[in-house]
Amino acid sequence: MEMLSGGEMLVRSLHEEGVEYVYGYPGGSLLHVYDAFYQQDSVKHVLVRHEQAATHMADGYARATGKPGVVMVTSGPGATNTITGIATAFTDSIPMIVITGQVMSHLIGDDAFQETDMMGISRPIVKHSFSIKHPSEIGETVKKAFHIATTGRPGPVVIDIPKDMTMPNDRHEFSYPKKVKIRSYAPPAKGHSGQIRKAVELLLGAKRPMIYSGGGVILGEASEQLRKLVRELNYPITQTLMGLGAYPATDRQSLGMLGMHGSYEANMAMHHSDVILAIGARFDDRVTNAVSKFCPDAKIVHIDIDPSSISKTVTVDIPIVGPVDSVLDDFLDMIAEIGQQPDQKAIESWWKQIEEWRKRHGGAYDKNDNGLLKPQEAIEGLWKATNGDAYICSDVGQHQMFAAQYYKFDKPNRWINSGGLGTMGFGFPAAMGVKLNFPDEMVVCVTGEGSIQMNIQEMSTCLQYGIPVKIFCLNNGYLGMVRQWQDMNYEGRHSSSYMDSLPDWTMLAESYGHVGINVETKDQLQGAMEDCFGKYKDRLVFVNVAVDPEEHVYPMQVPMGTMRDMWLSKTERT
Amino acid sequence: MRHIISILLENEPGALARVVGLFAQRSYNIETLTVAPTEDPTLSRMTITTSGPDRVIEQITKQLNKLIEVVKLVDLTEGAHLERELMLIKVKASGSQRAEIKRTADIFRGQIVDVTANVYTIQLTGATDKLEAFIEAIGPNCILETVRTGVSGIARGEKTLSL
Repeated sequence: MEMLSGGEMLVRSLHEEGVEYVYGYPGGSLLHVYDAFYQQDSVKHVLVRHEQAATHMADGYARATGKPGVVMVTSGPGATNTITGIATAFTDSIPMIVITGQVMSHLIGDDAFQETDMMGISRPIVKHSFSIKHPSEIGETVKKAFHIATTGRPGPVVIDIPKDMTMPNDRHEFSYPKKVKIRSYAPPAKGHSGQIRKAVELLLGAKRPMIYSGGGVILGEASEQLRKLVRELNYPITQTLMGLGAYPATDRQSLGMLGMHGSYEANMAMHHSDVILAIGARFDDRVTNAVSKFCPDAKIVHIDIDPSSISKTVTVDIPIVGPVDSVLDDFLDMIAEIGQQPDQKAIESWWKQIEEWRKRHGGAYDKNDNGLLKPQEAIEGLWKATNGDAYICSDVGQHQMFAAQYYKFDKPNRWINSGGLGTMGFGFPAAMGVKLNFPDEMVVCVTGEGSIQMNIQEMSTCLQYGIPVKIFCLNNGYLGMVRQWQDMNYEGRHSSSYMDSLPDWTMLAESYGHVGINVETKDQLQGAMEDCFGKYKDRLVFVNVAVDPEEHVYPMQVPMGTMRDMWLSKTERT
Repeated sequence: MRHIISILLENEPGALARVVGLFAQRSYNIETLTVAPTEDPTLSRMTITTSGPDRVIEQITKQLNKLIEVVKLVDLTEGAHLERELMLIKVKASGSQRAEIKRTADIFRGQIVDVTANVYTIQLTGATDKLEAFIEAIGPNCILETVRTGVSGIARGEKTLSL
């Protein structure tokens, strides 16, 4: 058997897992591991400029590919800098492996240089974590970590490695395990057939059905099954912020997003529905509005792989615990077996009602006649310029909601945003992680002048590794979403929501060796897009788009109300 | 309502912290907690008493089940069960009180396990309400110190919590 050092075992284990890129930052406690990296070329290391960005890169990669992203950082500050990124991945159930260096075992607990209790600090925001006690554990631990991160409801796993576990001269027998068994961990493999029958019967008898699908459909790679089911039934579908793209947004049956900034028609249809089929969604507070007033007439079927998601906030009538793809396959089989058609007359009149709601609002917004771009127009321009086929990695705020509403995603895994944690600074490094792995695809970071400054330093990484993402910055000079809330709830007192002293964005981009373009008026947008994806196709382009600072995101649900209580514009309420 | 949740847990460093952390992080309530290894040294057995509405208890058991180190768990209060707690209680026992305290301890089937001229240390086992009844019977003025183990529980009959 081969004799390897701990550092070599770690790198070899990553290779065995098919890892191509590791995103990270070296430091004292990981020097042996970085030396092992240096001596091979199958696993490549990307040196970021801040550890948080490494986690978001790994995260973006994971969201685009469904495979776990791998992060490697040193102990102490290196480890603590990953916390926001781990929490981001945890909240959105993204598979990720975070390898953190640790001080020598005998120094643990002594407040040694760059020591921090990473196991303790990360505990509430990981699916699981491991601390290596002996070099010979490394292979099996890595195998377990990948298994846990990617199965069931995915999530981040931390592996904490003291420096003395990776000593170059301390060599042990190594063979990477083919399989791993964890006696206390068995994610559900199939939904309960009795529950599925009950659910299908309820669904077929519905008069005002709604399908409400979430990020679980994307994570569970069940987009194809979802499309089949929705089309077969001819029922309307709404998708959560995390679920966009699982069902094509441009399709007639799609009512768009639901919830706080959901479409008028989706929220109205949810409120009036009699049967809701929730698929891989978790009744988040940004979806339900007041739980006690949520969809008063609806019987609810809920499919989720995580039993703790069931009846956590909204009590459901028929829970089904299982992987979304296999449960939806069973749904389709069950529909065929039962052989009953939905109530065509009821569904027809339900669609008629929905079309009326669609006509009333349907994503309308006022356009300026003073030449100043509306953010919605900017996103629509981006959608057209990219044929709706780009990977859109968003930061957090108004631009995120505008992108979710106006960039019509027709494919899964193309909309990448921090939906659960709402991490500003996520979009740019996430886009880098995607672009690095899909060099031929258009990858755009939609951001604002607030969010982009939270990880702006990564422009340097992009130059070093040749990662030509496009940064599409909707610049309104304000922390737009904060300002919107202050306008609506604090009589316009803009407390600390104005971004003063902004840099010259084009000069900033140029100083990092990239291209900057300013879009100051409506008529400059198209030309800028053409340059961005044409002339500068292979360059990082920072497009600084001046947009109307007064604009709000609508619809917006009225707090503590029902699904149908919404502001539709600054002056119109339901 | 009060629930007794019994857990088989991997006997590994950090496992206890994960369970306790879960309760703190999600704002669940722990009334008592006991933990010790079982006859299988790879497993610990933990008993937690907690209270809350059914919806919260359901979340507690589901969230606990999600922890990788949790091998199995059962809510003992869903069926017939036994619960025991051990208390060591140090009480003033001088003069005329001395005999009275001895009698009270006998009634509760407590044992005096340590004696000085002025102090009895009494050991008492039983369900939580029995221990509390004893504390009440002795009265607050006599009590110098109490230490309780927290509840250990097991199902009645042939049901077992094992691998």
